Amino acid sequence: MSELFNLEIVNPEKSFLSADDVKEVVVPAYEGEMGILKNHISIISFLKPGIMKIYRNNAEEKFYIEDGILEFKDDTLSILTSTVIKLDKLDKSFIDNSIQEAEKSLLKEGITDQQRFLISQKIDSLKSIGAN
Amino acid sequence: MPSLDDLKKRIVSVKSTQKITKAMKMVAAAKLKRAQDSAEKGRPYSEKMNKIILNLSENISDKENAPKLLIGTGSEKVHLCIILTSDRGLCGGFNSNIIKKAKSFFEKITKEGKTLKIITVGSKGYDQLKRLYKDKIIEKISFKESKNTNYFDAEKVGNMIIELFLKNEFDVCTIFYNKFKNVITQIPQEQQIIPLKSSEPDNSSSESNYEFEPEEDEILSNLLPKNISTQIFKAMLENSASEQGSRMSAMDNATRNAGEMVDKLTIEYNRSRQAAITKELIEIISGAESL
Repeated sequence: MSELFNLEIVNPEKSFLSADDVKEVVVPAYEGEMGILKNHISIISFLKPGIMKIYRNNAEEKFYIEDGILEFKDDTLSILTSTVIKLDKLDKSFIDNSIQEAEKSLLKEGITDQQRFLISQKIDSLKSIGAN
Repeated sequence: MPSLDDLKKRIVSVKSTQKITKAMKMVAAAKLKRAQDSAEKGRPYSEKMNKIILNLSENISDKENAPKLLIGTGSEKVHLCIILTSDRGLCGGFNSNIIKKAKSFFEKITKEGKTLKIITVGSKGYDQLKRLYKDKIIEKISFKESKNTNYFDAEKVGNMIIELFLKNEFDVCTIFYNKFKNVITQIPQEQQIIPLKSSEPDNSSSESNYEFEPEEDEILSNLLPKNISTQIFKAMLENSASEQGSRMSAMDNATRNAGEMVDKLTIEYNRSRQAAITKELIEIISGAESL
C-alpha cells in the first residue's frame, strides 16, 4: 500500500503546485501546526502566516505561506492561498518590506484582536526566516 | 466628383488607418494570449473556493445564525450592481454588451420598486451609464494604472463591497461581466454574490462529515469575504480576456474593411485618371480636326 496522497496548491493567478506523490504536509493551521498524512479525516481549516513543509520524494520542501484555506477530502489536500513562496526564493528585501508593512498595519486603528494576532504571527515567522 | 489629388489623399489616409488597426490587432492578440492564460489558470481557485463554501454551508448546523453574507439580510429592497467594464475603447461591442445586459436588469429592478445602487469598475462603463443613471452611481473605480489584472485590485473592490454591506447599504449584490468563451464569443453574465447563490444544484451529495478547525461559523465568516474578492477577481480575469478577444476581432474587421475601402478607392482613382486622359485626347483630336 502506498502512503502517498494528492496535493494541490492554488493561488488566484494560477495553480501553484500539483503533485500526487506527497507523503506528508505540515501546515501552520489557525490553531497550531498540523501534520497531514494519507487517510486523514476530511477537514476544513484555515491557515495563518508561517512555514509549510511538504515531504515528497524523500525530500523536504519548505514554503512561506501567508494565509489560506485548507481542505482535505478523499486523499486530496487542496490549499487555497493568496501568497505562497518557496523558501529559497524568498529574498531579503521582500522579507524586510513585508515586515515593515505588517508593522505599519499593526499600528492602524480599529483592527480586531484576530487581525492583530495574524499580523504578529506574520512578523514573527518572517523574522525567523530572515534570521536564518 | 473628387479630384485625383483628393482621392490620392484619401487612399493614403485609409492606408495609414489600416496600419494602426493592424498594429492594434497584433497587440491585442499578444495580450489575449496572456489574459486567456491567466483566466484559465485562475479558474481552479474560484471553483475550489465555491466548492468549499458549498460544502461548508451544507454542513452548517445553525442555519438561523449563519453569517449574513451567506443567507442575506432577509429583504431584497436595495440592489447593488457592480458593472465591470474596460478602461479603453475600440473593442467592438464588449462594453455595450455588458451595459445592455445591466440596463435591462436595472429596468426590471426599478419596475419592481426596488432601490438601485451602482458601482462601476472601469471608466468606459461609467461613461456609458452616467447619462441615465448618474444619481444611482455611488462609486466609480478604475484601474488604469495597473497593467495586469491583479488580486489586490479585486480585494480592494471586495473590501469596499463588504464594508457597504456591513453598513446595511444594500441587500443583494450582483456583478456584471463578460465571460470569455472564445475569441469571437463573449457572453455577458450576471452573477449574484450576496447572498450567495449556488449556481448549480449540487449533485455530488457530499455526505462526508468534515472536521472543522476552528468552528464552522468562524471559518465561514473568514471565508465569505475572501470568496467575494475571489469572485470579483475571476470576473476581472474573464473580463480582461474578453476585452482583448473582442478588441482583436474588432480590429481584424476594421483592417479588412479598410482593405476593401482602399481597393474601391484605387479603382475609382484609376477610373478618373483614365477619364482625364481620355478627355484630354478627345480635346486634342477635336482641336486638330477643326483646323
